[in-house]
Amino acid sequence: MATNAQSSIAVPAVNPKSRSRVPLLTVVSLALVALWLIIAAFPFFWTFWGSFKVQSDFFSKTDWQNAIYGVNTIRQTGSAFTLEGYQGAWVDEEFWRNVINSGIVVFFTVVISLTFGTLGGYALARSGRRYAFWLLMAALVFRAMPHITLVSGYLLPFFEWNIWGILPTTIIVLVAINQPFTLWMLHSFFLNIPKDMDESAMVDGCTRFQAFRHVIIPVMWPGVITTGLFSFLLAYNDFAVTAMLLSSENETIIPAINSFLGTTQVEGKVMYAVAAVVSATAPLFVLILFFQRQIVSGLTAGAVKG
Amino acid sequence: MKHRTFFWFILPTLSAMILFIALPIVSVFLQSLFVEHEQVLVVSESCGPFGCTPTTTVDTAATAALQEEQPLGRYNGLNTYINRSHLAFVEVGEAWRSTETFGAFWKQIINLPFYRALIFTLTYTAVVTPVVIALGLAIAVGVNNLPRILKGPSIFISLLPFLVTPLVGSLILFWMVDSDGVIGATIQRIFNDPSLSLKASTALTWTMLIVYGVWHTLPFSFITFYAGLQTVPEDTMEAAMIDGASKWQRMIHVVVPHLAPLMSFVTLMLLMDNFRVFEPIVSFKAEAHATSLSWIIYNDLRESGNPLYGSAGATSMMTIIGVVILLTPVLIRTWRDFSRKAH
Repeated sequence: MATNAQSSIAVPAVNPKSRSRVPLLTVVSLALVALWLIIAAFPFFWTFWGSFKVQSDFFSKTDWQNAIYGVNTIRQTGSAFTLEGYQGAWVDEEFWRNVINSGIVVFFTVVISLTFGTLGGYALARSGRRYAFWLLMAALVFRAMPHITLVSGYLLPFFEWNIWGILPTTIIVLVAINQPFTLWMLHSFFLNIPKDMDESAMVDGCTRFQAFRHVIIPVMWPGVITTGLFSFLLAYNDFAVTAMLLSSENETIIPAINSFLGTTQVEGKVMYAVAAVVSATAPLFVLILFFQRQIVSGLTAGAVKG
Repeated sequence: MKHRTFFWFILPTLSAMILFIALPIVSVFLQSLFVEHEQVLVVSESCGPFGCTPTTTVDTAATAALQEEQPLGRYNGLNTYINRSHLAFVEVGEAWRSTETFGAFWKQIINLPFYRALIFTLTYTAVVTPVVIALGLAIAVGVNNLPRILKGPSIFISLLPFLVTPLVGSLILFWMVDSDGVIGATIQRIFNDPSLSLKASTALTWTMLIVYGVWHTLPFSFITFYAGLQTVPEDTMEAAMIDGASKWQRMIHVVVPHLAPLMSFVTLMLLMDNFRVFEPIVSFKAEAHATSLSWIIYNDLRESGNPLYGSAGATSMMTIIGVVILLTPVLIRTWRDFSRKAH
């Protein structure tokens, strides 16, 4: 990759501090950062650009530059950019249905997870008892279990009770799978809120719940927002649960993309999947754009507590 | 906090976890003890001009009735655990006896579905985790030395591979390395071999999956270490500098020890996440060369028309045991910390 080599050469000039005597270590470390940033961003950029091309350009055997200039796209559609893939995915394949399903699943999963999680996380943070510790340990083990192992336990009972394939079942399952993580995260946030606050409210005659309602809820929002972002990601990104528990008309976007792949291997249709993939990534992009600080603090929140 | 208050606060989350995590584990275990019904066969004689021939047909109605009556299937005890698709005691013993060298034995073992998946899962976990920790630390140090204005954008870009849906992220990479994709086609041109495909060999498929794993999880370790670097005590760094420690020595003797607790946290998270590797195998369509424990469970459940609940259950139970083994050191350490604090 030509771009690659260029930027690693250009790096030392970027850092004015080291101009006089550039230590080898600094050069190596900056080159590594530049290389990483290219590797991290390039696939997204490439796929986004390519999603506006026809298949013979994006998957060009003859010349990779076709994907950049869109030689075949111009020949087939008259313009270097085409919305064919998006039209195919959103209109022909009715991707918007999956988007609505995803919206419903994600919204309810996040709201219910946070409600359950704040109550439980608060209780765990304020109770120093042995059973609270064991609950946290159990949650850690649950958090580590591959989701698909649980799914194999759901299918048979869900078929028996005739609740397989519908959105509410998936929502409550995602809420439950989300709980261990939510509990840990909110637990560590509540530990950072001084005990004195709610305890002084209780000295003044509040019950525990009133103290929670009037003292803790007003100050807990930063933690709840951060946790909510991760609940969102878990519900939005899930494949194992949604692919196995939803019937095809109720599919959310991630299993829908997977089914696209199965059905659209015919010439020209792979671009539908490419367009769907770009559409599915867009909300995440916006999310990072607006909540970068919260995401970073959430990632490190568990770490700071050790 | 009073027991009663604690109970009411914890009730919603606890019931969700009991109903949808703890009980399903029980249900998985029960399922693993049963296997699917055999089809009910009816033997009838059909007589023609050239004599009678017995024909065997499947009695669909009776099979369905049996299925209805006992949805779990018939009791099989622990046999599913030791059959060919799981621990395969018989086959392993046979391979041990019949092969001369360890290499030949290994070759036979790696063809058994459970061991194949287990070996890939462990290799993936064991390679991706240390690579991600080392590279993450290196990049965190690099970004920390960047001018202020570049730090934010670098973190933004780095977050993308980590937060993108695993299935989608692996598809994006797959389309690039596919034989028609930009990287795949370029590699073919470089080696001048139009049949060269990353999907064609086991080694290349494994490499591709591991590269994806590093790409996907590197941001997590990078960001955690980056946050940790912000808290490195200035005084110690200055003292080390005055004592004549080089940049590298300061790195090894001050920064790394300071980040040690973070490292154990990152290792734990990475182990948990890497052990359940699943989506990239679906996206890369890599099952011919690499399967993981999660993938074989998925595959058993996908078995069209006739999901193998027993088989999936047995693999799930063994996966859960694997997770617990993986976590034991952490659990023991946390328990020690807790008892120390309590007394």
